Amino acid sequence: MTVGLDQYIFLSALLFIIGFFGVLLRKNAIVVFMSLEMMLMASTLALVAFSRFHGTMSGNVFVFFILAIAAAEVAVGLAIIVALFRHRQTVMIDQLNALKN
Amino acid sequence: MPALPFYLLSALTAGCALGSVLNRNTITAAFCLLGSLLGLAGLFVLLDAYLLAALLVMVYAGAIVALFVFIVMLLDMQGGNILTPSRISLAAAVVAAAVLGTGLGITFGHHLVAAAPAAAAPAGIPSLKLYGYQLFTTYLLPVQIIGFLLLIAMLGVIVISKRFTPAEDVK
Repeated sequence: MTVGLDQYIFLSALLFIIGFFGVLLRKNAIVVFMSLEMMLMASTLALVAFSRFHGTMSGNVFVFFILAIAAAEVAVGLAIIVALFRHRQTVMIDQLNALKN
Repeated sequence: MPALPFYLLSALTAGCALGSVLNRNTITAAFCLLGSLLGLAGLFVLLDAYLLAALLVMVYAGAIVALFVFIVMLLDMQGGNILTPSRISLAAAVVAAAVLGTGLGITFGHHLVAAAPAAAAPAGIPSLKLYGYQLFTTYLLPVQIIGFLLLIAMLGVIVISKRFTPAEDVK
């Protein structure tokens, strides 16, 4: 049995779904953030697989940019989480409802 | 293309991803994320993207997961309830599951992906020189923008993590 593009795209979709439901259903802001990273990883896997099976390089170069964006995003996001924790002493997103009402 | 390494690595990646999402302990979740990243790097090697595999391990495993572990250590938090979502996020999850299921069913049921060439393309392994050439010709403007974005992110982190005086504190 050979491994084609189908299998890679399926795995990428699976990773994306796992991350997506992690974002929707978890309460801890840090775990939500990890799930976001997982969604980014899934998209990079799809890009690399498409690029490999079509014999082009554009997808691989885009993964470069995604890695840079992810690094910047993690730095800013974790700084925001630390600042939130300093203000409210919690990172549970159901208690961070200061904008409500 | 070899089948067994692919299935082993994809089992590692997906299993560790599930463990990361479902785990109660945040540190364990971070290490599951690390395992998932290593599996993904192995998949990149199977796809002949050696440079990207090395970069993924360096950037994600070396920097991002380490940062996560540091923050968890710094904040000293409890893991929290695993699956007690609020009603609205549960409703959103049900709607999202329906939409995603429909999309995946159409994509894989009608073999939309298989319209691409099934066999490996003959492009060969992209060399480091080729990456450099692409980054400095075709993608020169995105590289500049990314560099500027990284600078802005660094400044933003410094501003955000500055300790404010209590007088400015709204709460």
